Amino acid sequence: MDNAAPLEFHFNVDGKDFTSAGEASVEVKKILRRIGLDSEAIRRVSIAMYEAEINMVIHAGGGEADVSVSPDKITLVMTDHGPGIADIELAMREGYSTAPDNIRSLGFGAGMGLPNIKRYTDELKIESEVGKGTKITMSVNI
Amino acid sequence: MKMSEIASLLGARVLCCEELIEHEVHSACGSDMMSDVLAFVKDQAVLLTGLVNPQVIRTAEMMDMRCIVFVRNKIPSEEMIALAADAGIVVLASPMRMFEACGRLYNGGLKPQEVE
Repeated sequence: MDNAAPLEFHFNVDGKDFTSAGEASVEVKKILRRIGLDSEAIRRVSIAMYEAEINMVIHAGGGEADVSVSPDKITLVMTDHGPGIADIELAMREGYSTAPDNIRSLGFGAGMGLPNIKRYTDELKIESEVGKGTKITMSVNI
Repeated sequence: MKMSEIASLLGARVLCCEELIEHEVHSACGSDMMSDVLAFVKDQAVLLTGLVNPQVIRTAEMMDMRCIVFVRNKIPSEEMIALAADAGIVVLASPMRMFEACGRLYNGGLKPQEVE
């Protein structure tokens, strides 16, 4: 991209229906492909955003996703007004999950979401306040 | 291995993207836990699963997978097939159980996924 101004996209994540979780991530993947970015960067962004979107639907009743594409990186900001994360260090531990059993029967809730986001991104910042919500900022270098 | 050979080895029906079935794939994984697929699968191509919901298709799409095999006679909904068609993912449905389906593909030369 020659233009230095970042491209920005905004999505609302519907939290009412688990079967629709991931729609925003699918849409973002299509947009990034149309822009013509490197396929491995797209894959990393897609997986990280999908994990965060699933988390948002399971735990927070949905939220908002903002995607920004600049010449050197793709940044995702996922914001919700859910219950917040009481212990972020614990939530980052592989295998730790507070997802209900019905979510496990749908194939999620293995306690791999946040660790996986960390694995696939170059930067990850989690800001959370119990009772207020959670904001996850992550980026992948291009 | 061509995806058409996978269909043949597993006695599977092709539910969408039949036009892509002569393309080659080299590795596969089997899991009903999409969390683990997202966390542990790396060099992706084929996903065998007995889980049936739209998140299976989205997980495969996020991972750039080429083919989903539903085992144990599980048949995805029309909505799921439409999602897969849109993503260009070949969907197969086999009557075999997971163990036998994986075994036949392994014997046939498909490699396991690399695990980090």
